[in-house]
Amino acid sequence: MLIDTEKVSPAKIAVKNLDFYYGKFHALKNINLDIPEKKVTAFIGPSGCGKSTLLRVFNRMFELYPEQRAQGEVVLDGENLLTSKQDVALLRAKVGMVFQKPTPFPMSIFDNIAFGVKLFENLSATDMEERVEWALRKSALWNEVKDKLKQSGSSLSGGQQQRLCIARGVAIKPEVLLLDEPCSALDPISTAKVEELIVELKQDYTVVIVTHNMQQAARCSDFTAYMYLGDLMEFGATEQIFFKPNRQETEDYITGRFG
Amino acid sequence: MSDKHLSSQFDSELGSVSSRVMELGGLVESQIRQAIYALSEFSVEVANQVTAAEAKVNAMEIEIDRELSSIIARRQPTARDLRLLIAISKATANLERVGDEAEKIARMVLSIIGTGAPRALPSLELRVAADLASGLLRKALDAFARLDTAAALAILKEDDLIDKEFDGFVRKLITYMMEDPRMISPSLDLLFLAKAIERIGDHAKNIAELIIYIVKGADVRHSPLDQIELVVK
Repeated sequence: MLIDTEKVSPAKIAVKNLDFYYGKFHALKNINLDIPEKKVTAFIGPSGCGKSTLLRVFNRMFELYPEQRAQGEVVLDGENLLTSKQDVALLRAKVGMVFQKPTPFPMSIFDNIAFGVKLFENLSATDMEERVEWALRKSALWNEVKDKLKQSGSSLSGGQQQRLCIARGVAIKPEVLLLDEPCSALDPISTAKVEELIVELKQDYTVVIVTHNMQQAARCSDFTAYMYLGDLMEFGATEQIFFKPNRQETEDYITGRFG
Repeated sequence: MSDKHLSSQFDSELGSVSSRVMELGGLVESQIRQAIYALSEFSVEVANQVTAAEAKVNAMEIEIDRELSSIIARRQPTARDLRLLIAISKATANLERVGDEAEKIARMVLSIIGTGAPRALPSLELRVAADLASGLLRKALDAFARLDTAAALAILKEDDLIDKEFDGFVRKLITYMMEDPRMISPSLDLLFLAKAIERIGDHAKNIAELIIYIVKGADVRHSPLDQIELVVK
């Protein structure tokens, strides 16, 4: 059922025989797939299917919790990040994440972005200003905030806060951007702006998005993976998944016959 | 496999638009039957009935399209549902065109009657092709209702028969016209009429192709038969 994404784009992240456990609960079952580089890959599936869990494996976020363990391989640029001795902070600088609810730091808009950059780079004041502007422009937020960079990040609207979080992720120049339900708390206009941004971002980054909104996956992803109860049911070009999926289970889910 | 949507309202909308297409198909089918009857009996009255049904066919086409737009706007259908709705839209357009062809046949019948010598022409020989065409349309509608790809494939094969009948008939008409130039004008009417019958077969064929599109997700228009056979299997 897997399609050959190699032809389209080389794999940025290759998942091989991945199993994941929450204690005794087997949450991901032998997952195999390649996330193509500089493309948008969407994960869809009902609640509890494992899509967010998979996303959390990509930057080892799961290690924050005891009792959670991953077996198998998740190869990022040739290195299995599950066994890597690489510093987790460095990994997360390379694989950024944006969460469901906007999480601005309790500081100014400018500092929200500069904060992460300072952890990894020692930039001069001018360079930092340039970097902040660059990240805000990338996130399509610059024009809305350029005159109030000193104001608190939480003074922004929900949609702006979410784009601020994306700017924060982009500012440290990651290679992969993980978006976990980035629009579920946003209104349609903010959602449209974030989706626009996602398509824009794939020129430079590999984007992985988890969404409950199937239309969102259809609108802004190049590849779509359908997961169910910890299994990867089908993975293919988005157009194919939404027009003529190979598996009946996928078709039932995306046409709303599920249940 | 579950055949029902989580939204039963969506199911009933799809059911409603599908049954409307069948209703339109039935209407158009009876138009053809009347047109064929008018041709074989040279009945002015029945020919006029065919024309009278056209307004209703046109209104139904518009109504079905309105329902389709509404479903697409409200439900954002995908996969099989999307293919079904696109196919219904195209099938509706094809059926409306069949209605136009039936009306054309009725018009030609009236024109031939007007020449005063209808029985001198080989019009009865068109009966075979006409029955083939109307039978084909009925089969196409049946197969559409059941989403039966095997039946769809059989229809594609049968349409070739109608095309052959048409070619044979044209050759025959030419001899008639050569033998008696006074027959040229009514023969041309008959030629248009034969062409209308042939077109009905083509529309039935289009509907059959749409069935394969819905079920298999493959667009088999303009494909050779052996390739289509592979898709259906």
